Amino acid sequence: MTVAFIDDAGFIFSGYAITFLAVGVLAWRVVRSGRSLAKQIPDDEKHWT
Amino acid sequence: MTHLDDSSTTAAATSAHDVTSTTFASTGTRATRLIGIATLVAMGWLVLFGLVFSPADVNQGESVRFFYIHAPTIWVAYNSFIVTAFASGAYLFTKKHSLGWDRLAGASAEIGVVFVALTLLTGALWGRLTWGVFWRWDARLTTTALLFTAYIGYLAIRRLGGTHHQRARRSAVIGLLSVLLIPLVHWSVVIWRGLHQEATVLGTDADADIDGIMLFSILVGVVAFSLFYVWFVLHRTRVLAMEDLVEERGLDAALDARRAEAAATDGGGS
Repeated sequence: MTVAFIDDAGFIFSGYAITFLAVGVLAWRVVRSGRSLAKQIPDDEKHWT
Repeated sequence: MTHLDDSSTTAAATSAHDVTSTTFASTGTRATRLIGIATLVAMGWLVLFGLVFSPADVNQGESVRFFYIHAPTIWVAYNSFIVTAFASGAYLFTKKHSLGWDRLAGASAEIGVVFVALTLLTGALWGRLTWGVFWRWDARLTTTALLFTAYIGYLAIRRLGGTHHQRARRSAVIGLLSVLLIPLVHWSVVIWRGLHQEATVLGTDADADIDGIMLFSILVGVVAFSLFYVWFVLHRTRVLAMEDLVEERGLDAALDARRAEAAATDGGGS
């Protein structure tokens, strides 16, 4: 497998990095807020459990 | 409406319910874990196909690699806003007026806004490589920015005060109106010919003029971001449901405290 040579690699890698970073932050925030709130609600009131 | 971070609401909510268990079921389930794993695998494939396996384009060179994240993010954003509109309509026009529809609309709009922002950002970087500028007031770019602004407004309206149903009603109206911008954004490249190219995969031509591995790479992107969308919306709707419950409990506790205070005052005065 050979990694393709990429012109203007900085722009392209930045684009991918920003995208995956945003997705990661979004995922982390929703999981964190879910864990925090879950402590205040009894399990029988969580319709997904 | 009380904000979640309000410590008095949180304290009141906690005291209203005597929590005895030390383990709590969070928003994750077996289904969300499976979708999460599939999302990670698809994202890995996207990086491999987007940056390694797919070839450079004859005209655009290596900058074509933006295509594999730029187009899927706006595709998912469009669908997010369509789901928001559908859920808004379901809330408004069904007899039950279920807040579940409202939460689905809100969660879907949140991820849609993030994906439109990513589309604008990756588009700006791509534009710098192909057009020589980050931004032009081109019809597609301008209407996409308008779409982004409209849904920022939608999310702002969701945070205004009032009851849960007041929030749901007014945001549902905005959700139904804002979705009308999507055809304008999509067809802007046809109505006003500008810098931005016409649709490559979802164009008017039946045959997409695109190399097989490039088409596969973009499909990997669509699958990866769509899986993430489903994963996020499942988690976020559950978080929103818990936020509403905590808020209701906080209000109930505050009302009980006020009634007890009033009863004590009346008792002392008589």
